Amino acid sequence: MPAWASADLLIQASYFVTAVLFIIGLKRMSSPVSARSGILWAGAGMAVATLITFLYPGMSNYELIIPAMFVGGGLAWWSGKRVAMTDMPQMIALYNGMGGGAAAAIAAVELYRGEAQGYATSTLAVAGGLIGAVSFSGSAIAFGKLQGLITRSVRFGGQQILNLLLLAAALILGVLIAAHLNASPAVVTALFVLALILGLTMTLPIGGADMPVVISLYNALTGLAVGFEGFVLNNAAMIIAGTVVGSAGTLLTQLMARAMNRSLGNVLFSGFGDTGGAATGEVSGSLKPIEASDVGVMMAFAQKVIVVPGYGMAVAQAQHKIWELCQLLIDRGVTVKFAIHPVAGRMPGHMNVLLAEAGVPYDLISDLEEINAEFETADVALIIGANDVVNPVARTDKGSPIYGMPILNADKAKNVIVIKRGKGAGFSGIENALFYLDNTRMLYGDAQKAAAELIQAIKAVG
Amino acid sequence: MTGIVALYIFMLAAFTGYEVISRVPVILHTPLMSGSNFVHGIVLVGAMVALGSAHTPLEKTIGVIGVLLAAGNAVGGYVVTERMLEMFKSSGARGARKGSH
Repeated sequence: MPAWASADLLIQASYFVTAVLFIIGLKRMSSPVSARSGILWAGAGMAVATLITFLYPGMSNYELIIPAMFVGGGLAWWSGKRVAMTDMPQMIALYNGMGGGAAAAIAAVELYRGEAQGYATSTLAVAGGLIGAVSFSGSAIAFGKLQGLITRSVRFGGQQILNLLLLAAALILGVLIAAHLNASPAVVTALFVLALILGLTMTLPIGGADMPVVISLYNALTGLAVGFEGFVLNNAAMIIAGTVVGSAGTLLTQLMARAMNRSLGNVLFSGFGDTGGAATGEVSGSLKPIEASDVGVMMAFAQKVIVVPGYGMAVAQAQHKIWELCQLLIDRGVTVKFAIHPVAGRMPGHMNVLLAEAGVPYDLISDLEEINAEFETADVALIIGANDVVNPVARTDKGSPIYGMPILNADKAKNVIVIKRGKGAGFSGIENALFYLDNTRMLYGDAQKAAAELIQAIKAVG
Repeated sequence: MTGIVALYIFMLAAFTGYEVISRVPVILHTPLMSGSNFVHGIVLVGAMVALGSAHTPLEKTIGVIGVLLAAGNAVGGYVVTERMLEMFKSSGARGARKGSH
């Protein structure tokens, strides 16, 4: 057996092991008990695949490969270690976009070389390149929006038509290349330029509130692009890992869109996910403020308190203070639970990550289905910087844009305390009927400061 | 790998991805999205092969960009996922956690 053949066998076997490790890793990441080991399994798979690829028959340019790996990996390591937990979603968008860009780069090398044999291979190279490039520029915009670098949502008449035209033009060029009609460098370049522009124009009109769904979609698209390029390179590890992420990411995107009661098409093609949406529905009643000391007494003598955190808690970095407050209550014998809406925060599960960061054990955290029946037995529902996810108009007002969205039934609690900076409406711009209920009191102020005051108040009760 | 075998792999991998994630609790959605983001960092091996077989300056330039981006995807995806999952502890392990800042 020649040396290259045994090397090839070793490489194929290693890629097989990598695929197994990835699937085990993802499986373990889908349960809180084993999640931490899941990333280690997947990481081991990545290490095996990366190292063995150096043995690839006919590889050269090591003097370029190794520095590029260290520079790219080093910058990502540095930024990944530094990023605050609240900024996690945009970092995921950024790293995801890089993966899409890499898939597009592989396609570009193959297509410029003009070696893609067979129609199937060239079609997949084109498809992967197109999707990867859209994911690259789209994710960059998503990052810019969540990071606050891009504050305006650019919208103009005929935008959807422009997007369709761009897509159609890219597809025509793609067909030219894939069918070996005209695969000249100029056509290949035009394809990638169009795809990059399409990613920009598709993502720019989408508002910040919808960004998580978009990031998840681009994550799935990158996976698909990686899978397609895997077929082109005849690389089983890429095919399996890319396809698994493509399908898992698609499902995750659907789950997220459903949690917001929107269809994916609605997220992509309507401009709702932005502030300044139509504020419909008149609410009767008045906002009734309350002092922290009164809330402290109320909670100290409660049987059960349910905390509903929202993005306001994250912005104020109040999760540590809130947990300190809850520990005081637990020590007094109060049952404390956290209720998390599927779209609380900037991403499904984002709030859980922030609470976990503060040290809240995950078994105190419940999601919507688990906790909703319990609000009726709760003495206090403490709403911290959450708004639309507890707005009862989602149940009652057919004219409301959030009508039909599942909400946390905080209004069923005996007392509702809302910690809120000011009187403004939520992300959707909809007035919140919960705030006007007879059993609701408003505790105005920054969430972190309010939590500190509540801690003092409860300590004063003794 | 023949076309039809490739198609089977694609189909089975797609169902695997769907199955793996279909029972995931909401609290793990963000870490799992991040974890799957890391997994498609496997594009790094493709980028290495593409650059490893590049000849012209254009191919090499694109190849270097590809490896740079892919390494960023893999390493960044790992670091942020690991940091997020590091914090998942049950109440049994309370007090044993170390700070992340």
